[in-house]
Amino acid sequence: MANSFTCNIVSAEASIFSGTVEQVIASGVMGDLGVLPGHAPLLTELQPGPVRVIYDGGAEENFYVTGGFMEVQPDVVTILADAASRASDLNEAAAEEARQQALKAFNDKSSELDYTRAAAELAEAVAQLRTIQQLRKKAGKG
Amino acid sequence: MAAAKEIRTQIGSIKNTQKITSAMEMVAASKMRKAQDLMRASQPYAKQIRNVVGHLANANPEYRHDYMVERSEVKRVGYIVVSTDRGLCGGLNHNLFKALLKEAVSWKQQGVEQDFCALGAKASTFFRNYGGNLVAAKSGLGEAPTVEGLIGSIKVMLEAYDEGRLDRLYVVHNEFVNTMTQKPVVRQLLPLSPDMGADAEQDDENARPGSWDYLYEPDAKALLDSLLVRFIESQVYQAVVENGACEQAARMIAMKSATDNAGGLIDDLEMVYNKARQAAITQEISEIVGGAAAV
Repeated sequence: MANSFTCNIVSAEASIFSGTVEQVIASGVMGDLGVLPGHAPLLTELQPGPVRVIYDGGAEENFYVTGGFMEVQPDVVTILADAASRASDLNEAAAEEARQQALKAFNDKSSELDYTRAAAELAEAVAQLRTIQQLRKKAGKG
Repeated sequence: MAAAKEIRTQIGSIKNTQKITSAMEMVAASKMRKAQDLMRASQPYAKQIRNVVGHLANANPEYRHDYMVERSEVKRVGYIVVSTDRGLCGGLNHNLFKALLKEAVSWKQQGVEQDFCALGAKASTFFRNYGGNLVAAKSGLGEAPTVEGLIGSIKVMLEAYDEGRLDRLYVVHNEFVNTMTQKPVVRQLLPLSPDMGADAEQDDENARPGSWDYLYEPDAKALLDSLLVRFIESQVYQAVVENGACEQAARMIAMKSATDNAGGLIDDLEMVYNKARQAAITQEISEIVGGAAAV
């Protein structure tokens, strides 16, 4: 039994990551899930949030996706993200600002705003912040 | 010398045209590079989602989505026709419509009706003349088409499929083989066929048809609904960006040959002009000589 598998992360615009990994941790709509080699076939929708891939030997890398789908086969994991980026490229200030703005738009009862859209924007900004915080926590530890 | 002057003006006007076509060639060449980048950038996603859907078609799901079931009777088929917005790109659109018509005629002979969705201004014009049943049209996609711009037209076709007004859905576009060659292709989108992902997964031992199923989160229906719609959107988007790359490549070639032809034409005309000039000079000399002899 091989103890690693292939992971592909693609977004609509580009291929973000492709490589051999030991574990993938993503945030599905039903909660976070970790995938190890030999996982049963699974299809799930992803919510905005971090995706962590752990390489052979424990080194890991963080990505951020804005939602999408994840397909799990025993020896390959495919993440079809709506948009994805490496977590280190995220900008905390921008994410925080986006959160504030989304929150304001959400609370602004007078505006003719699409509430589902505002909620989605808010969720996205919060997820970005969550990714950044996770990254920072790890940096502090290591 | 009247004839010589006329030829001069003609050469001048052809030279102007040549300048325009050679500028257009250079513009198309630089746009082609961008269009190709765009096409390459979205390829991984299109390929991976095709893989996933290919796996799905090979699986034995508890829930069979409507898009995955072959309908027993085909009464009406839909075509999403991807064309360019502008002309001057050689036979690109013409070849595409010819390929489409061949299909359409063979369906007609079987008594199957057709609906069309035109993406790009040239396709709309074509259907206005040809008289097909056009149900959706979208033009002015520009050089950087977005999925958002296409969703509306795609939705019209998918809804028609959902309601049973269409039994098959195809996408018709040009395939970018290389800069010199573009090939019109007609590809089936719906219902999904199990061999759809076949080209991409020959080395994949996961293709164990019919014996397994996915775990679905949250549940099969909701997930497949959004996944399959996303799949169709990505395939149509891919077709549009690929067609965009084809357009620029075809325009570049067409303009290159126009520039070359203009050069040939100018050479010919210059030859004629020189002959006319020579003849006029010879005539003048012989007139002078004749006149001198008479005195």
